[in-house]
Amino acid sequence: MKKVKPFRYVYLALMLLFLYLPIIYLIVFSFNDFSTGRRVSYANLGRWNGFTLENYTNVFAGEAGSALLLTLEVALITSVVATVIGTFAAIGINSMKKRPKSIILNISQLPMVNPDLVTGITFMMLFAFVNGVLVNMGADRLSDIVKLLIAHISFSIPYVIFSVMPRLKQSSSMLYEAALDLGCTPMQAMFRVIIPDIMPGITSGFIMALTMSLDDFVVSYFVSDLRSTLSVYMYSAARGAKGVNPALATIIFIPLVTLLLIVNLRRISKEREDEIQNKKVKMKG
Amino acid sequence: MKKFFCFALALMMLFAFAACSNSSDGPAANGDNEVFADGDQYDEIGGELNILNWGEYIDPELITLFEEETGVKVNYVEMTSNEEMLIKLKSSDCVYDMCFPSEYIIEQLIASDLLLPLDMDKIPNAKNIMQDKLEITNSFDPGNKYSLPYMWGTVGILYNTTMVEEPVTSWGILWDEKYAGQIWMYDSVRDSIGITLKYLGYDLNTRSEAEIAEARDLLIAQKPLRKGFGTDNMRASMINGKAAMAVIYSGDAFVCMDENEDLAYAVPEEGSNVWFDNVVIPKSAKNIEAAHAFINFLNDGAIAARNTEYIYYSTPNQAAMDRLDEYFTGSETYNPPKEVLDRCTVFHDLGDFVSVYNEAWNAIKMK
Amino acid sequence: MKRKVFAYPYIVWMALFIAVPMVFIFYYAFNVDGSFSFSKVWATLSDISKWRVLWVSIEIAAGTTVFCLLLGYPVAYILSNMRKSIAAFISVLFFVPMWMNFVLRTYAWQAILEYAIPNMLGWTDKTLTGSVWAVMMVLVYNFIPFMVMPLYNSLSKIDRSLIEASGDLGANGRMTFFKVVLPLSVPGIVSGITMVFIPAITAFTVPALIGNGNYNLYGNEIEMAFKQAAGSAGSADYSVGSTLAIILLICVFISTAVMNRFDKDHEEGGNLL
Repeated sequence: MKKVKPFRYVYLALMLLFLYLPIIYLIVFSFNDFSTGRRVSYANLGRWNGFTLENYTNVFAGEAGSALLLTLEVALITSVVATVIGTFAAIGINSMKKRPKSIILNISQLPMVNPDLVTGITFMMLFAFVNGVLVNMGADRLSDIVKLLIAHISFSIPYVIFSVMPRLKQSSSMLYEAALDLGCTPMQAMFRVIIPDIMPGITSGFIMALTMSLDDFVVSYFVSDLRSTLSVYMYSAARGAKGVNPALATIIFIPLVTLLLIVNLRRISKEREDEIQNKKVKMKG
Repeated sequence: MKKFFCFALALMMLFAFAACSNSSDGPAANGDNEVFADGDQYDEIGGELNILNWGEYIDPELITLFEEETGVKVNYVEMTSNEEMLIKLKSSDCVYDMCFPSEYIIEQLIASDLLLPLDMDKIPNAKNIMQDKLEITNSFDPGNKYSLPYMWGTVGILYNTTMVEEPVTSWGILWDEKYAGQIWMYDSVRDSIGITLKYLGYDLNTRSEAEIAEARDLLIAQKPLRKGFGTDNMRASMINGKAAMAVIYSGDAFVCMDENEDLAYAVPEEGSNVWFDNVVIPKSAKNIEAAHAFINFLNDGAIAARNTEYIYYSTPNQAAMDRLDEYFTGSETYNPPKEVLDRCTVFHDLGDFVSVYNEAWNAIKMK
Repeated sequence: MKRKVFAYPYIVWMALFIAVPMVFIFYYAFNVDGSFSFSKVWATLSDISKWRVLWVSIEIAAGTTVFCLLLGYPVAYILSNMRKSIAAFISVLFFVPMWMNFVLRTYAWQAILEYAIPNMLGWTDKTLTGSVWAVMMVLVYNFIPFMVMPLYNSLSKIDRSLIEASGDLGANGRMTFFKVVLPLSVPGIVSGITMVFIPAITAFTVPALIGNGNYNLYGNEIEMAFKQAAGSAGSADYSVGSTLAIILLICVFISTAVMNRFDKDHEEGGNLL
């Protein structure tokens, strides 16, 4: 293996600094006292007025709190529903013949390839149309949360499918038949054999759906009328006079970073074990 | 790993719930002070009230207070331009029960038959509104049938006296090369083109294509001098001394001057726009009862005073004005003298001619 | 019971919420008072200012893509030459910022460019927001991980023995890079370009927060067609927005087709985690 030269580390470090600079900036300013004037204005992000923890005590006061709740609610329901529909869809698609399979997989790519702007406006038009019909029938409009859920589930399912599919390809179709031969009902074969076998794919699909939903701004921005998700709230606050409470950055960022690092460190240490194993095998060979 | 994930989420949610429940019992009416000027009582109404308003344009404690008094759940949505408000109200899918557009938008909404006439019997506090203000709003809402003024003000120049030494008396200073890169314009078709028309000595509501073309060319020529087109975000920029001047509404200017003593506000001598943001109820409104109650609530002298003390925009409410201290009533920004108002005019709806404005605006923005 | 059945709920969902919404774009673009007509599409297409916006957006998106490639390629290259386990860890570090909402990150850049850097340099008469370079830099910031990821994937797949062979056959480091490594990483470059270019055209939040309202990009134009009353009637003119979206979709399909040609095994589906 080639030796990595020091200037390469410097380059990587500079790039990482570039990527982390705004995050560090927000975290530092989350301890800034913004209440020196008559009003609290988080938009005064350029002036250091002294240390305070106040931004943290009122971080979820008012609209930000309800926006966070809505975001979590939508993300959790979305990821559960999308994982269930997506997993079964993947199992179904995998057992299809080549042509229908490729047609469905190609259509499934649509939401992934589509810019989220287009996804957003198509849902906006769809819901405007549906609400028009509902109002004509004298029924209630779709509420914001229903619209958000439909949109989020729709753009999340393909990610679940494409996380589960590779796992399904790896697992042998014989497994299912073997289970049937050994006396399982198809349902038992599904839940006792196939699903445990593809569990890692399902888990990563679930996490993908969760992050897609948590992170979404554009689609929610076009779909919701009355309630904002956290990112929509932050966008309107960022453009407004009051600004965004930078403590939100820490609150969102720290748990996610911890989580990601733990997940990945575990995976990396496992890979490393595998690497060592491989080496041993090679040495033996 | 999944277990950990669930745990982290559960923690976050717990934290969120705790924070939210803390906040909801926070703001309460100060026991000793009067809450309502006339000792009003509000009936239990219930249901939801969907409000569409400008950013930072109401004291949030007042919403909480109204919710407590009437049992109405208020959904409050913000937007940044009149045009955004218009598109939402014109949509067949309009969900709002009340909103606060400006004069020329109200004219258009009335023309399109999208507004509900206000039931003045349910708004006894409307008596608090100054007669001279109603006379002006009468010009775009004849008989004040569909709307009542909520806040009003002028358009002028907010400038930093440490950077701008000469007195600001003309819009021409916006084209002074000394201030290249330090001039904020307002990101709104009518406002930016309107003040340029005034600078050229034309009417704010002109229907002359030649005059608009002249204004357009002037604004295109301003491009290298301009810092950008802003809305609410200009406030922080001006407060922190990052620009020399900004075309801005008087209310925003007053907020900024409160935070930074170096700032001053002037309405140039060529004249300007005097604007009104009025409260209206769209025809599609569901909770009309609650909407009227809220309008009445906002026009209570004590409530209106609290509201204007929070947002710093000028109130058209006499009972509120009587409660304000010298800091507000004595300020020429908050309470402009008559000679300033005499040189200001209101915007009117231009019908289809607005497309000429929009085309000019596109050309300005694309340069 | 056939296993195919399991896919049916999804197929219904897909038809209702993926296929039908797409139909609306075409419906609103071509529907004029209830009948099919090109007149509104034609009116939008013949508006020069729309094309100018598209051109400016393409320029800015292209600039963003080039900078992402120039800055991201060395990162991917260095990573691909490291020990697998360390490289995996560092690449995670590259993706972690993406998990913070990009609205918030863009907002932070606005503060840095408007206040922090000018204050540090003691400028009193200028700031860094509002320029096309600022917009492009924040776009690069937001999209560079999408460039590094496919580059790293394709670079780390290159068979080491090819590089050794090239060395054995007398090529120096630079020749090996240009004759062996670079050509073999073309699929990564292509998929990186498509992952950056289209999102950069449609990113309407960055110009809104960083550009001081000076730059309307194609995404802003679409957003405004739906969210601001630009038409003279003041009501939502879905036809303009839909037509603009169709042009965008054409760009997307061209770039996807190009990507599919270069990257045969994309069907596996990427996995960020």
